[in-house]
Amino acid sequence: MKAITNYISSLFLFELFKGLGVTGSYFFGRKFTLSYPEQKAPVSPRFRGLHALRRYPNGEERCIACKLCEAVCPALAITIDAEPRTDGTRRTTRYDIDLFKCIYCGFCEESCPVDSIVETRIYEYHFEERGEQIMTKQMLLEIGDKYEQQLAEDRAAQANVR
Amino acid sequence: MGPVIELWTALPVVIQIVIKILAIMLPLMIMVAYYTYAERKVISYMQVRVGPNRVGFFGWRLWGLGQPIADAVKLMFKEIIIPTGANKLLFLIAPTLAIGPALAAWAVFPFDAGLVLADINAGLLYILAMTSLGVYGVIIAGWASNSKYALLGAIRSAAQIVSYEIAMGFALVGVLVAAGSLNLGDIVEAQQGGLGLLHWFWLPLLPLFLVYFISGVAETNRAPFDVAEGESEIVAGFHVEYSGMAFAVFFLAEYANMILIAALSALMFLGGWLSPLPESWSEDSVLLGDGFHWLLLKTFGFMFLFLWFRATFPRYRYDQIMRLGWKVFIPITIVWIVVVAVMRMAQMPWWFN
Repeated sequence: MKAITNYISSLFLFELFKGLGVTGSYFFGRKFTLSYPEQKAPVSPRFRGLHALRRYPNGEERCIACKLCEAVCPALAITIDAEPRTDGTRRTTRYDIDLFKCIYCGFCEESCPVDSIVETRIYEYHFEERGEQIMTKQMLLEIGDKYEQQLAEDRAAQANVR
Repeated sequence: MGPVIELWTALPVVIQIVIKILAIMLPLMIMVAYYTYAERKVISYMQVRVGPNRVGFFGWRLWGLGQPIADAVKLMFKEIIIPTGANKLLFLIAPTLAIGPALAAWAVFPFDAGLVLADINAGLLYILAMTSLGVYGVIIAGWASNSKYALLGAIRSAAQIVSYEIAMGFALVGVLVAAGSLNLGDIVEAQQGGLGLLHWFWLPLLPLFLVYFISGVAETNRAPFDVAEGESEIVAGFHVEYSGMAFAVFFLAEYANMILIAALSALMFLGGWLSPLPESWSEDSVLLGDGFHWLLLKTFGFMFLFLWFRATFPRYRYDQIMRLGWKVFIPITIVWIVVVAVMRMAQMPWWFN
């Protein structure tokens, strides 16, 4: 008996019509596509985008050249040179991130004891010539200055889980 | 109107025919171009996406209506790469062989009562011959490419089309028994009746109708019968080595064939240009009465089905395709031809009396 019903349902393409019904109902359903440059998907405060170096509110740069980020970086994207400054504190003289090597894992941010190197929410950037992918200390600090408010808010929001 | 008709009759016959051909070909080519757009749009809608919506005209986006034009221009300017070891002549002739029959079949297609380029009596036979010829383009393309994938695609396509050709031919035999004529115009006229759509052949020939349309999908190598292309199995099948305009011509041929199959289904089973409404309602109205617009509407319906199938069904396994063709469709059609013949002999109301 079951074989007969199976035969009949396959002969009359019952399941195929059911499948057509499914796609047919989606045809009229709501679409989820965002028109990207005009609409953008919400970005998490934990988003790992372009890097930045932060400063303390008094303007002093946070980085103390401990080189933990350089050590933890799995892609060897960070290069740091350091020297004592005239006031005796230890600071970087060079802080380069090669964005072609970087895999945006966020380990540098996690390892940083002073919350200096961070990853921002910026994900729209490009390079037009070879060499532009090296982010120097100056560039990183500028990004940090520009987005300091956002960065501070994101870190504060995540403080209880970090 | 007088001077226009005078001018028309003053033209040499060859010019008249060329103008008629252009009048069929140009709208067809535009339809093919926008069919590719419709395909992308329909499939993306069924996949909860919005599809192409960027390329428009003169700075207006217009829901991406410029997309097919942009695609065509891109393909026109691309290089046609001829693979090493390919048979150059056959390689370049294959796309032509694919599109030639697809366009030639339109010659006998009646768009309205009496509106046909070549009103020949063996129209149905001619259509059958032309749609079968299309496979030569595929086979030659696969062989001339000097590529394993292309050859595999061509072999699959050849076997599949030969198998489904039989079921398709039998379905058409049913139509010709029912209509008593091979002339496509006469086939439509035979479906005329006072009750509108109940007089069409889709009711008495329902199994043949389904078999014909499904065979048509298989014949045009469309999903779910697209093993000849089967991108997940053999890259792109028979046209894997083609680029630029040579590839575009294969594309045009495939879509022209789909439109042809859709239009023929509408013609032979859904009454062509006949109005689906009962005669008493539609007699005096231009819009509701018989006319080209009904044929267009029915054709669009079938064309939509092609896209709907592609968005819904996974590809058949090769042995399942063969099983369906030989062990399901051919027996069904043979049985139903006998049934149709009996109905016809018994002058069954209200189709055959």
